[in-house]
Amino acid sequence: MKQELIQDAELVSNYIRGDERALSVLIERHKQKIYSFIYSKVYDKDITEDVFQDTFIKVIRTLKRGKYNEEGKFLPWVMRIAHNLVIDHFRKNSRMPKFDNAGEFSIFSILSDSSLNAEKSMIKTQVASDVRRVIEELPEDQKQVLVMRMYQDMSFKEISERTGVSINTALGRMRYALINMRKVIEQNNIVLTN
Amino acid sequence: MEKIYSNASPKNDNLKPKEETISFLLNYSKALSVINYNKLKFEALLN
Repeated sequence: MKQELIQDAELVSNYIRGDERALSVLIERHKQKIYSFIYSKVYDKDITEDVFQDTFIKVIRTLKRGKYNEEGKFLPWVMRIAHNLVIDHFRKNSRMPKFDNAGEFSIFSILSDSSLNAEKSMIKTQVASDVRRVIEELPEDQKQVLVMRMYQDMSFKEISERTGVSINTALGRMRYALINMRKVIEQNNIVLTN
Repeated sequence: MEKIYSNASPKNDNLKPKEETISFLLNYSKALSVINYNKLKFEALLN
């Protein structure tokens, strides 16, 4: 039977059972679509290469751990992983994504220069220090979730696994952390803007 | 009213990952071994 006739689901099943060639076929079959999708978001080939690699590392680990539920949707699943990794990339770099405007004007093409002058650098350091002090005022469980989320870039799933609570509880703690931080800031008239 | 036609985005057939990346992924997959022990899963990268 020709390789093109084998459905993704069967290739996935073969791969899970130990057939490494099946992975090669799957990557070859879908690499251009996934790569193009990532590139259309980040517009940088080096970053695209990294995200593509990280996507398939997650795919490989999930399949080998037996945590994949076959519902005939291998490609959408991989695209979702790639999409989430693109979002993670932008979150870490604090930039808005570029949209494919097909040559039309995009407001995102005039993002300001992110380098800071000396004064702004000092203000940024002070603000970061003040934010940290406000966080210290939080109850321990809320502080823990907030630090994991904002300073360690963990997903709520990872936070819930690490802290031993449900995702909903972690989400609630994060929400209350932000509410309480706002209260502390307002009560103490702290200015956290440039 | 005049219709506005936007140019279609040129298709870029160069958009594919490097061979080294593919090769790395395939080697990573061959080296990765997941061991089940007492409801825990351990990942090991074999030489």
